Amino acid sequence: MSQLPGLYNNFIVIFLMMAGFYVVISQGNLVKKLVGLSLFQTSVFIFYISMGKIADGHAPILTEGVRIYSNPLPHVLILTAIVVGVATTALGLALVVRIQEAYGSVEEESIQAQDDAAERAHNDADDAARRSMDA
Amino acid sequence: MSLLAHLPVLVVIVPLMAAPLCVLVDRAQPVWLLALGAALLSFLCAIGLLLQVPEGGAISYHLGGWEPPWGIEYRIDRLAALMLLIVSAMATLVMLFARRSVEREIPAERVVLFYAAFLLAFAGLLGIVATGDAFNVFVFLEISSLASYALISMGRDRRALNAAFQYLIMGTIGATFILIGIGLLYMMTGTLNMQDLAARLPEMADTRTVRAGFAFLSVGISLKLALFPLHLWLPNAYAYAPSIVSAFLAATATKVALYIMLRFMLDIFGADFALKQMPFDTILLVLGILGILSASLVAIYQTNVKRMLAYSSIAQIGYMVLGIGLATTLGITASVLHLFNHALMKGTLFLALGALAYRLGSVNLRDFAGLGWRMPWTMGAIVVGGLSLIGVPPTVGFISKWYLVLAALERGWWPVALVILVGSLMALIYVWRLVEVAYLRAPAEGAVVPREAPLSMLVPIWLLAGANIYFGVATDLSVGSAREIAQLLMGGGG
Amino acid sequence: MSATLLMLLMLLLPLATALGVVVTGQSPNWRETVTVVSGVLLFLLAAGLAMVVSFDEAPRLVLAEPVAGLALAFSPEPLGVVFALLASFLWPVTSVYAIGYMRAHHEQNQTRFYTAFALSIGAVMGIALAANMFTLFVFYELLTVATYPLVTHAGTAAARRAGRVYLGLLMGTSITFLLLAMIWTWHLTGTLEFTPGGVFGDLVGDVGGPVLGTLLVLYVIGTGKAALMPFHRWLPAAMVAPTPVSALLHAVAVVKAGVFTILKVVVYLFGIDTVAKIAAADWLAALAALTILLGSLVAMTQDNLKARLAYSTISQLSYIVLGAMLGVAAGVVGGGMHMVMHGFGKITLFFCAGAILVATHKTRVSELDGLGRTMPWTMLAFLIGALSIVGLPPFGGTWSKWWLVQGTLDTGAWMLTAVLLISSLLNILYLVVIPARGFFVAPTTPATGIREAPWPSLLAIGITALGCIFLFFWPDALFRMIDEVLQ
Repeated sequence: MSQLPGLYNNFIVIFLMMAGFYVVISQGNLVKKLVGLSLFQTSVFIFYISMGKIADGHAPILTEGVRIYSNPLPHVLILTAIVVGVATTALGLALVVRIQEAYGSVEEESIQAQDDAAERAHNDADDAARRSMDA
Repeated sequence: MSLLAHLPVLVVIVPLMAAPLCVLVDRAQPVWLLALGAALLSFLCAIGLLLQVPEGGAISYHLGGWEPPWGIEYRIDRLAALMLLIVSAMATLVMLFARRSVEREIPAERVVLFYAAFLLAFAGLLGIVATGDAFNVFVFLEISSLASYALISMGRDRRALNAAFQYLIMGTIGATFILIGIGLLYMMTGTLNMQDLAARLPEMADTRTVRAGFAFLSVGISLKLALFPLHLWLPNAYAYAPSIVSAFLAATATKVALYIMLRFMLDIFGADFALKQMPFDTILLVLGILGILSASLVAIYQTNVKRMLAYSSIAQIGYMVLGIGLATTLGITASVLHLFNHALMKGTLFLALGALAYRLGSVNLRDFAGLGWRMPWTMGAIVVGGLSLIGVPPTVGFISKWYLVLAALERGWWPVALVILVGSLMALIYVWRLVEVAYLRAPAEGAVVPREAPLSMLVPIWLLAGANIYFGVATDLSVGSAREIAQLLMGGGG
Repeated sequence: MSATLLMLLMLLLPLATALGVVVTGQSPNWRETVTVVSGVLLFLLAAGLAMVVSFDEAPRLVLAEPVAGLALAFSPEPLGVVFALLASFLWPVTSVYAIGYMRAHHEQNQTRFYTAFALSIGAVMGIALAANMFTLFVFYELLTVATYPLVTHAGTAAARRAGRVYLGLLMGTSITFLLLAMIWTWHLTGTLEFTPGGVFGDLVGDVGGPVLGTLLVLYVIGTGKAALMPFHRWLPAAMVAPTPVSALLHAVAVVKAGVFTILKVVVYLFGIDTVAKIAAADWLAALAALTILLGSLVAMTQDNLKARLAYSTISQLSYIVLGAMLGVAAGVVGGGMHMVMHGFGKITLFFCAGAILVATHKTRVSELDGLGRTMPWTMLAFLIGALSIVGLPPFGGTWSKWWLVQGTLDTGAWMLTAVLLISSLLNILYLVVIPARGFFVAPTTPATGIREAPWPSLLAIGITALGCIFLFFWPDALFRMIDEVLQ
């Protein structure tokens, strides 16, 4: 258990991650879902960045007298991941705009209700058609 | 260096570069030709690669001349070459089919963007397969996924938007899990090169970090794979996407996800770690069986045929992971074989549905009445694909079932063999509902009387339907490759 | 011509016929000429094969080899040649009959009908000549698919339902049980070739009774076409098809393909001696006996003529299954002969049923009183067919029953002997009674305007009825051929 304080960055990451995940699951509003998703992704970015830190390490720029450098690779990787995250959020928001145009709502329940109603109407037409065919 | 030496990267770069080019050209007809050309070129590269791959070895390509493990390595072994071939062949056929279908289903102002997104998704899938770098897998995965979300959202039905959004949420969570898993592995080993990872992991296989990484990767990949019970995004996404997107994704995207699973679990972690130390085989076996039975059952009750096939896909994914779950060389052979064969079956079926949607404007079972006589070639292809799905000889489906059952019996697990066959039986039911309506039900009064699909659609459909039979009889390529791959995955271990 | 070439032609000819029928579909006369001529040709090919082939060094025709050691291969063998001869002889006869029937009955979609018919015969040839279980299975499934459009020919809701039962039971049993049994056999022995004496060899002792017993059960119940209870429902359902289909396919080709499969499995995969050692074979024999009795009993309750004949077929098929499960030579010989004898007898009965339907539009047994006066030839043929099935001399059925009873006596299972005899008595009650009432009971309604069936139909009926008599006086050729199986 003694190592736990040393892992505090991981706890922050896990907290943020679960918070984001919870928002994604619990919120019916699509925009809020995206907020949660971003939080979820960002927590992983922090995870990567904090992983690159090496005890007593310096910024990875060649300097006289410095022996230990922090690992720069995770930061570079996460630059890519951030771009991906931005693209995901942008695409998600674009979809939300289109959904708003199509359904007039960004609430999951309302969208579901509209779809169900359409489905029911369709099925009724289906049954009617089948009845007339069999008759 | 000759051009031939650059094939591993060309296969990915061609569609990737063609995508922005599409946007620059900005006119529907030339863009379609461009996309078709790019797909065809990739296909040719893939054939070249398959011929080049040495027996039991791999082609290693150093991106930008940087030596691995510092630089990114592209690594084409037998498995990767086979996957490249499947993906690029499907893309070529789908593009061949696409022109009329896209004209009909996509609003004119989005056609160019549609092709660009398609090429991106295609390039992403190829990249996942070609790369030998774990982080690169994530990047390409997101390229292909983001493009697919966009592609799905272009479906005509407004439900496509919601389906794309759901897929985006689930897919992103899956990809993020994969990212965490890769991060944990990097933390332990300090490398992202797959070869390096495979070499260094066994020493630290007992650490909690590696196991956590394994767990994150399993869940993430399973989400992307739509493995039961993480499949919820798939039915709607396939059902409401534009026809050619359904066809392309059904034939390739889940296959590539399975490839990631094979690559990470068996190649990087090693078959020994994944299947013996971790209970991964048991999990896959149980989920595979549940997936086969439950998804087939749901498929029987669908009235939207695309949705029915989507559920059928989930069941077929069950077969593939079941093969891995058997944890024997024969099981993996069956799994890889079914991966190849299922691409052919679902490609045929979804493309044929695309042709029906083109003529009918609907893929509802109700509108199929009498189609067997009105569109005999299209329905004929559906029957061939359906028989293949059931596993009737001499189609590819039979060969898959044969190896799967054989692998199950080899382990002495005859109940598993029985589940596989019962799954076929359920496939018989849902396929035959379709056939019965198409051939034996008279169309409703006043229904549209469709003509046969245009030749530009029939040709790719029947190329695929023919492949269903050809590879059911001449199995050198499929079974031969699958066996070699399985031996490498099980024997190599890392 | 070499035997290999003959086999290839036998497989290709029905395919070519199907194409020919499609091409000449616009002109009924040409279409039917193509069918009949091909039928005669096919029989000549089969007869040629029977003459030139030497079973000691049987030729082998390999079309493809999807899995190493698992080839789509053909090789003639006595039982198969007999089956091919039977089916190819009755095909042109049925075609002649069908011309009269289909035209008089004004059936729709006749081109589709003749196409599917030719394809079905092609599948039967594949089954008859298959050199291994895999090839047999492929053509077994093709036969199911090819006959499906024939069963659902009418296109009505009832036909659709029947088609569902038909396909569901036949494909269901074959995919779940037969395929499993095949793959299991392959797993155990690494081969599915039909080998005299069986493929299990030393495994008989090693694997022991339970595994082989389970396998045998899987094979037998997996062969749904043999209509063993409780998987018999498809056969009465298939009776919605036009009568020529019921006659050739559901009295001869399809159902005989089922029992033929069981005979092949018993003789060439297990070996007769092995079957004799398997305890499960006794249970299967008991099941067959039960099917014989129940089939006969249910047949007695059926008023619809075709349904009665269907249940009679179910009962008779189990004679053959029973013969195969006895594990003695006489049983297999009897089974093989009964394939032919019952084929001739039952097809005659179905032809008569169709002729009656066309001439009088009557389908019920209770309506047939006194019909012998207006349709004497049809009723006489019915009597001949019925007596042959009962097993009375001077008709062919005598011999097969003789051998089957001999088989039951050889094994000392007197209960089974009793079952065979009781069932024969029941046959008299529900089959012979029909022509008897036709001749001797006065019609309830005065017959007006009823004449004999169209002449092509009568011709066909005459041929098969005479066949029943012919086979009583000259069964040697048949017997010698089947006896070679045991060498």
